[in-house]
Order: sequence, then structure tokens, then C-alpha cells
Amino acid sequence: MTISIRSVEKKFGRYPALNKVDLEIKDGELLALLGPSGSGKTTLLRTIAGLEFPDAGQVLFDGQDVTFASAADRRVGFVFQQYALFKHMTVAKNIAFGLDVRKGKDKPSKAEIARRVDDLLKLVELDGLGKRYPSQLSGGQRQRVALSRALAVQPSVLLLDEPFGALDATVRKSLRKELRRVHDATGVTTIFVTHDQEEALELADRVAILNKGQIEQIGTPDQVHDTPETAFVCGFVGEANSFEGQVGGGQFTAGSLRLPAGGVREGSATAYVRPHDFVLDDGGFEVRIERAHVQGALTTVNAVAQDGRPIEISASRAEAARFQGTVKIAARKAHVYAA
Amino acid sequence: MAAVSHRKATDDPLWAKVLVVGTVMAFLALVLILPLIAVFAEALRKGLGVALEAIQNTDALAAIKLTLITAAISVPFNAAFGLCAAWAIAKHEFPGKPLLITLIDLPFSVSPVVAGLIYVLIFGLQGWFGEYLVDNDIKIIFAVPGIVLATVFVTFPFVARELIPLMQEQGTSEEEAAVSMGAGGLYTFWRVTAPNVRWGLMYGVLLCNARAMGEFGAVSVVSGHIRGLTNTMPLHVEILYNEYDFVGAFAVAALLCLLAVVTLVLKTAVEAAQPGMRGRSGH
Repeated sequence: MTISIRSVEKKFGRYPALNKVDLEIKDGELLALLGPSGSGKTTLLRTIAGLEFPDAGQVLFDGQDVTFASAADRRVGFVFQQYALFKHMTVAKNIAFGLDVRKGKDKPSKAEIARRVDDLLKLVELDGLGKRYPSQLSGGQRQRVALSRALAVQPSVLLLDEPFGALDATVRKSLRKELRRVHDATGVTTIFVTHDQEEALELADRVAILNKGQIEQIGTPDQVHDTPETAFVCGFVGEANSFEGQVGGGQFTAGSLRLPAGGVREGSATAYVRPHDFVLDDGGFEVRIERAHVQGALTTVNAVAQDGRPIEISASRAEAARFQGTVKIAARKAHVYAA
Repeated sequence: MAAVSHRKATDDPLWAKVLVVGTVMAFLALVLILPLIAVFAEALRKGLGVALEAIQNTDALAAIKLTLITAAISVPFNAAFGLCAAWAIAKHEFPGKPLLITLIDLPFSVSPVVAGLIYVLIFGLQGWFGEYLVDNDIKIIFAVPGIVLATVFVTFPFVARELIPLMQEQGTSEEEAAVSMGAGGLYTFWRVTAPNVRWGLMYGVLLCNARAMGEFGAVSVVSGHIRGLTNTMPLHVEILYNEYDFVGAFAVAALLCLLAVVTLVLKTAVEAAQPGMRGRSGH
């Protein structure tokens, strides 16, 4: 199922949640909507689901206009951050809900529903837990139930709103893999909302980055990380040192720091340098090392430039010994944006 | 050593605890337990037989019957209304919502006597619809319909007040989940919303019932105090008392107290059946 969002606008009172958003989602892709809170990512997801309706613009499913179709008619599977499982129903009843609701010849037989529930429980590795109630499950298990409940109706698109937000770090990591596996097994077009860039970059085929109700950039995880198109994306995706300075003569200057800035408009600008893009270089500028701290395979270095600006550097474990006293560094790569 | 390890930073000194708990206990004993004992003691002063006889008197039986009828009509009505109102307020946005919330609280803030007078003004002989009602031989004031109306008015906040915070706390995501899976509005309400609030509803109904049976002020204004016809139990107690029939008055009063005790026991049972019903965190 391909999904097209065409100049969708949505206001809550006077606050614009979505401001002329355009987005094309390919069939079978796993897309992340990434952004800070209040960026409009959840509103966009709910608009696709039919839980919110836009003030202007269109939502198309496979070219069909579904802008004002109900959530039920769109055949979407929706997974909520707080699971939204039906507390008074067993796990099996929860998963079967979307099938039990059907009427007449659309409704599968009891045996067929039971078989589907069993298959889904196996898919999310919860076999044998069908008779439990949601309150008897852990957070991770509840979210797996929510996932299989959403999949039970064989949705044309699976939508997940911060699906791992309420879980602790270990469970979150294993559920991420789970979602990827389920997506690959079912091939269903999947969109998930997250504010966690690590999650988006690890899991998604493509990432759409939202800010203030607009899409700043959409691309593969590598594209948004390595060639950010806007200052916001650069600052939001991946770690980055940011510097306020001036561009002149193809060069960015901020105190003693100099960076190449070809093609950037002259005047004040912001530069971003990833910690791993700083390297020891005798031709570079001088920094004083405050602390070099080895963590696993990496060394994280806290340095201070001559004008007192803090700089974070990431190097290999083997290089830790070389970051001592005063050293000269240079940036292999910098992203400079005119202010 | 062992005693010290149990101390917490928020613990108060022993004398303070004794003072606070003691004050509360003494107060409760004085205003709640002592009167309760007095009611039963007075009722049984001339023996159980006399008390039972007082309850089986025709007028007393008529009062009990009327009270039960009144509750049987007003409680289901208010349960339905309360459920609708709470559902509308907690799960939906619409213009005039703050006004509706205020209106639901009105019976709590208005004196019951005023509540009764409102109906006399509307349906009484000199009231707005007085002439029409007389012409068509419809009796509301000084008759059962008036008593039911006054009771409904006084008791309608109980269920709604109980359910609104509960429903608000549960949010709308379960309903959204149901709708996204193809469930219609009614199906969602009966299968998802209602089961989530059933204990709260039960609790509200119990409180509503207790008040419906015990209401005095509003009912007193509209009833007309016709023995055997428009006397409810609380009104009957007053009449008997004013006629110096203390055993009779206290016997009927004791019956009302028993009802309160039953309500309390049921309420505790409801809370025990659903641990953490109040302030439960939705998951």
C-alpha cells in the first residue's frame, strides 16, 4: 500500500500542528516519523490512521482519497504508546477483537479466529499466554499483544505511536528487533513515530524528520545522518558540536576555530561537527584536553578551545593516550548553515 | 535497634499520633456511632416485638413501599443519565461542556428545600402548568410523580460525579483502538467503555440509592404528607416523632440506618473486588 500525504494542514485551536505536509510512503516500507515533542509527528500519524481529520489537504491510500474515511474503513492497525489493551478481556480476546467485531459473511468462524490468534501469538513469541489478562503481563509483553492485535485485522498499513516509549532500555532494544522481524515477515507498510533518533536510524528504511509541523528532511538513515539538509536535522540527528560564527571567503570562523564552508552565504552562520569528525591534526587549531574517558571501543574526549568553547571528540580506544595536555585538532567534515 | 530501623523521616512523635487519631475517633464516636446506637436503643426500648409491630403498621408499610418505588424509578434513571453525561464530558469535546459540568453539580449546591419548591412552582396549583394539570386531572405535586421528580433532582449528581474522573483518567485510547479495528460507537461503548467503569458505576449507584431512600427536604416540600399515600420513610419518621410515638419513629429510623449499613458493606465489597479502584493508573 502506498500512502500519499498532500499539503495536509491541521490546527489545534490557534496552534498549527501540521503545516502543509507532503509525504510519499512506498509500498512495504518501514518509515520513521522522527521529531521532538510538539513537532506534529503524532498528529501526522493519527491523520493517516483516520483518528484525526485534516483542516486542508489530502490523504491517499493507493491513489484513493481517504481524507475523510473513518479509521475502520481504512483498515489500519494502530499501536498506542500506552498499549490501550482492553483490561477486562483476555489476551486472546484482545487480539480477536477486530475479527469478533465483523458481521455476516466477513466474520471468520470461531475456529478460524482461534487459529489466527494462535498464529499471531506465535509470531510475537507469546504462545500459551492467550488466557492471561493484560494486567498479568510485563510492559514488553503487553506491547507485543498490542502489536498482534493490530495485525489481526490484516491491516493495509501498520501505524505505531511511540511504541517503545513506555518500556525500559533492554526491552526496548529487543522489541525493536521484533518489530523489524515482524515487518519483514508480513511485508505490511509500517509507519512509526519516535523522538528517539537512535531508534529511528536503527530500525527504519527511511526517516522523515519533523519540526514545528513541517518535514525538514526525508531520506535513508545514512542520508539524514551524513548529509543533513537543514541545521535542525543536523542538530537533531546524531551527536554534534555546534558553533555560532561567521562565514567569509569560503571559510567559517568562530574564535580560533576554522572550518571549510564552501558555497555557504557570507555572514553569520552555525556550524555542526560530529564528535567523530574531529581528528588530531598538526595543521589544525589548539585545544586543551580536560578529560579523556574510555568506554567500550571508543574514547570520549572533553576538550576546551582557546576561547573557552567546550568541544566533544570521539576517537578510538587506542587513541586515548594521545589526547593529553594541549593538542591540535581539525574537522574532517563540517556542516555549515547560514543563519 | 530494631525499633529505630523502622523509623521513617515522615513519622510524627507518638504523642502527636495519639492526639490526632484520638481526636478523630472521639469525634466519630460522638457524631456517628453514638446516634446510631441511640436509634437502635430507642427502637428496641419496649422490646423487639413492639418495634417490629411498628414497622408492620399499614402506614409504615405504605411508606416503605413508596420509598422503594421512588428509589426503583430514580436510581435507574440517574444511572443512565449519569453514564451518558460522564461519557459525553470525559470522552468528547463540545461547546458548553463547562456549563454542563456546573449544572451537574447544581443539586449539591442548592438547598433541597429549594429543589422541592422549584417543582411546586412549576407543577403546583398556582404554578406555571397548574391549570393545565388540573384540567387534565394529572397529579404531580402532593403525589408520587412529584416525589420521584424531587428525588431524581437531588440524586442525579452521584453517578455522574463518580464516573467523570474515572473516565477522564482512562482517556480515549482504548476507544480509539476499538474504532480503528472497525467497532461502531455502540459496540465500543458496551464492549470497551462500560466494562471499564462498571465498579465505579456500581459505587455511584449505591450512593445514589442511599440518598434516594433517605432524602427528606425536597421530598417533604412536594409530598403533602398524606399518610399511607405520599409519605416516604423519612417523612413517616418525622410524623411519628411529632406524635410522640418514639418507638414507632425510631423503629422506622432503624430500618433506614440498616439500609445505610448495608450500603456501606456493599461499597466496601465493591472496593475489595476491584483493588485500587480509586486512583488506579490506566495501563
